[in-house]
Amino acid sequence: MRWQIPLLIVFLGGLFMAVQYFVPLEASERVYEYALDWIIIVGVFAMGLGLWSMFRVSVAKIQTKAPAWGFNIITLAGLFIMILLGLFSGIEEGKPFMSLFWYIYTPIQATMFALLAFYVASAAYRAFRARTLVATILLLTAVVIMLRLIPLGSISGFNQTVASWILTVPNMAAKRAIAMGIGLGGIATALKVILGIERSYMGKD
Amino acid sequence: MKNKFVIRNKVLPIFLLLFSFFLFGLHTSSAQEMGIPVAAPISSAEAPAPPMNVVAKDAPNDNGHAIMVTWKLSADDGAGKNSVIAYEILRSDNPDAGFEVRGLVAAGTKQYQDKGSREREDKNYFPGQKNFYYKVRVKSDGTFSESEVSAPASAYGQWFHTGKTSIFIATVVFTFFVVMFINWARKGRKLYVRPISGIDAVDEAIGRATEMGRPILYILGLGSAGDLGTIASLTILNRVAKKTAEYQTPLLVPVADAVVLTVAQEAVKAGYYEAGRPEGYKEDSVFFVTSMQFAYVSHVNGLMLREKTATNIYMGVFYAESLLLAETGNVAGSIQISGTDQVAQIPFFVAATDYTLIGEELYAASAYLGKEPVLLGAIKAQDWGKILIMISLILGTLAASFHLDFIVNLFRIKL
Amino acid sequence: MAFYDKLMNLDRRYVYVAMALAVAVPLFIPFQVPIYTTPEVKSVYDFVENLKEGDRFLLAIDYDPNAMAELHPMALTITRQCFAKGVKLFFVTLSQNAPGLAEQLVSRMSKEFNKKNGVDYVYLGYKPYPALVILSMGQNFRISFPMDYYGTPVDSMPIMQGVRNYDDMKGIIAFEAGWVADSWIQNANGRYRAEVALGVTGVMAADYYPYIQSKQIFGLMGGLKGAAEYETLASAKERIASRGMKVQTITHIVVILFIIIGNIGFFMSKRKQI
Repeated sequence: MRWQIPLLIVFLGGLFMAVQYFVPLEASERVYEYALDWIIIVGVFAMGLGLWSMFRVSVAKIQTKAPAWGFNIITLAGLFIMILLGLFSGIEEGKPFMSLFWYIYTPIQATMFALLAFYVASAAYRAFRARTLVATILLLTAVVIMLRLIPLGSISGFNQTVASWILTVPNMAAKRAIAMGIGLGGIATALKVILGIERSYMGKD
Repeated sequence: MKNKFVIRNKVLPIFLLLFSFFLFGLHTSSAQEMGIPVAAPISSAEAPAPPMNVVAKDAPNDNGHAIMVTWKLSADDGAGKNSVIAYEILRSDNPDAGFEVRGLVAAGTKQYQDKGSREREDKNYFPGQKNFYYKVRVKSDGTFSESEVSAPASAYGQWFHTGKTSIFIATVVFTFFVVMFINWARKGRKLYVRPISGIDAVDEAIGRATEMGRPILYILGLGSAGDLGTIASLTILNRVAKKTAEYQTPLLVPVADAVVLTVAQEAVKAGYYEAGRPEGYKEDSVFFVTSMQFAYVSHVNGLMLREKTATNIYMGVFYAESLLLAETGNVAGSIQISGTDQVAQIPFFVAATDYTLIGEELYAASAYLGKEPVLLGAIKAQDWGKILIMISLILGTLAASFHLDFIVNLFRIKL
Repeated sequence: MAFYDKLMNLDRRYVYVAMALAVAVPLFIPFQVPIYTTPEVKSVYDFVENLKEGDRFLLAIDYDPNAMAELHPMALTITRQCFAKGVKLFFVTLSQNAPGLAEQLVSRMSKEFNKKNGVDYVYLGYKPYPALVILSMGQNFRISFPMDYYGTPVDSMPIMQGVRNYDDMKGIIAFEAGWVADSWIQNANGRYRAEVALGVTGVMAADYYPYIQSKQIFGLMGGLKGAAEYETLASAKERIASRGMKVQTITHIVVILFIIIGNIGFFMSKRKQI
């Protein structure tokens, strides 16, 4: 019974969502929207579980003075400061909550994203070597695509044409093929879950 | 004498005009009482020809709150006086009175879908299963004329969206393949699937981590529990957890979604139980970090560099953080295996990790790792699905090239 | 270590320093980079340019501060173009980090063009679970947004009178830095036949070309280059993206140089082995 009820819920829920796509009746729409509302509600409650997990792990690391435990103090401090500021002083523009968002969080986010520029360069330097025929094709294609952003005088027009062709023909063909494979794989995975063949998400037998 | 005659002559035409209006009005009201459709008064002599054959029918493939109105264009629309500007669609629940304007469309338009809300409280509520009458008013500059009133029509919902028939057939066929191959696998039939180097490397990578005495880092990505990539990753996590339990290698699973956290904890716990080592499972090995993308990446990067993880496995839904994670793993000297269904991130993983599972290989990985015949059946079904798609592509291309519209229309979708 | 081995195995810190200089130095040197416009960006520009006064248009501001450099210039230019034409704008955001960004954009542009909230534009705000919100907006905006970002009931606003869902919009432009772009295509266009165009980060742009060919989107602006192209087409007064193209050009040259250096080292080492 412990396993049958969740499997039944998954089966009926999955079957309904699949059938609902083909049934345009008002009743079908209403049940679908009701289900969507419940997904949001469950997600909000799950956030509480997530916060508790993070809190417990951070406190444990601080108590045992695990490596880099100082960062866990900062994590907890950040969590509580933002919660308290948001609750008691509001989240409108000009309030401390938004000031922390704009002047601490946003620059940090932008800094992390900016690291990508450096990592792209080091990854490109390391990975784009003409070791094999396929690797050489990859290298040349990457160079042509990058060159379309660089003004090369009279060569620019030709390079733009080649780059556009690469993006609109082989790139599109490959992306479509991958997308079809992902679509089929997605349906197969969903079917395995709905039919109860794949049950690892449910925990121990 | 002459003046009296003039006065009499002025009065007479006026009297006759008034009398004719009276007679017309009598005719009109009596005609309505007799149920004869009457054309509405025309505002001036230059009015355009009215639209004809106004037909109102239930709109197909909807939720029962729309009616489709079609008509034949006015003779002066693009021809004749060429004076038509627009058409107004009017509706009433009584064919004799109370028409309200429901829509306005440009000249040359022959149809209009009158639809509204299904909520009774909404100002634009459209009652279903109620008879409505329509007429179409053609407008020209300062003038108009109206069609006859249509037969009554009511809106009702359909049980099946016929525009999605080809999708339905494709889904049924593919489901049939999945069930058929799974049944074959259950009966012991051997199913060949091609080897994938990234999946073969997982065992090797776990072995390396055990030898080095360093932990394995498993990243589920930033997707939610509803994403197929995350579901596939959770099934792989279960298999990896089983192996790490057997080898007693530490496993770290930082998670970015609260719902995924609970499922991941169950998946890892199940893996340890299946390996016969329930005591080895540590609840804090699967923990929530944050749902913020780059805050999550900062934490994981720090973890990689501090713990010097021997193996990093990235499976799931990734975005811009993919290269940040992979390059930091390179700096830490970890062996890295990645898999994602996010096509934009595949090039970054290919460049920066040792093995990459591309697209559907991620979904197939759990079957490969578990080596369960039933799961391999689903992979064979995917392969046959691809064969069917290839056949359809060739058939469709030939049909379109030779204008065999009846074949092309088989694949058409009308949402 | 032989010279060619050094070329092949440069310390990554040299690469980082070179990139840092490539990013910083062009900002101080004044020079212009020619911008070539592409058909996919032009089709977005033409669509917006053909809007008339009073037409309704939905802009989805779905990017985080990290994608601001690429997507904010597009959003600014298109908002300016729409406000200048008297188009009624509906703003929504489906990214949890974007509400403040969107609010900044909306306040700044509305002040610049003297537009009234609730009459000329409305900022509906943020709701979680983007796919569900996109689906619900196809039924009625009021399902997810009974009130706007500032807490005003939407039914009290003149701009919302007679507006129910995507059918009442001429089109949608979604500025995306993640998977929500797919949701706009699948749900807004696929299910409700809304006209959708995308402004995405450079990395994502290559993924969405198939959707242009299949006419599921009417245009695509990819990354800083796409934003710079749009600024050029719109003769924008504020050319943030165009200034950024200088940096992008130089950094691309640096990356290509490093790739060449690495390959020279690789070929020299192969020759030596032979």
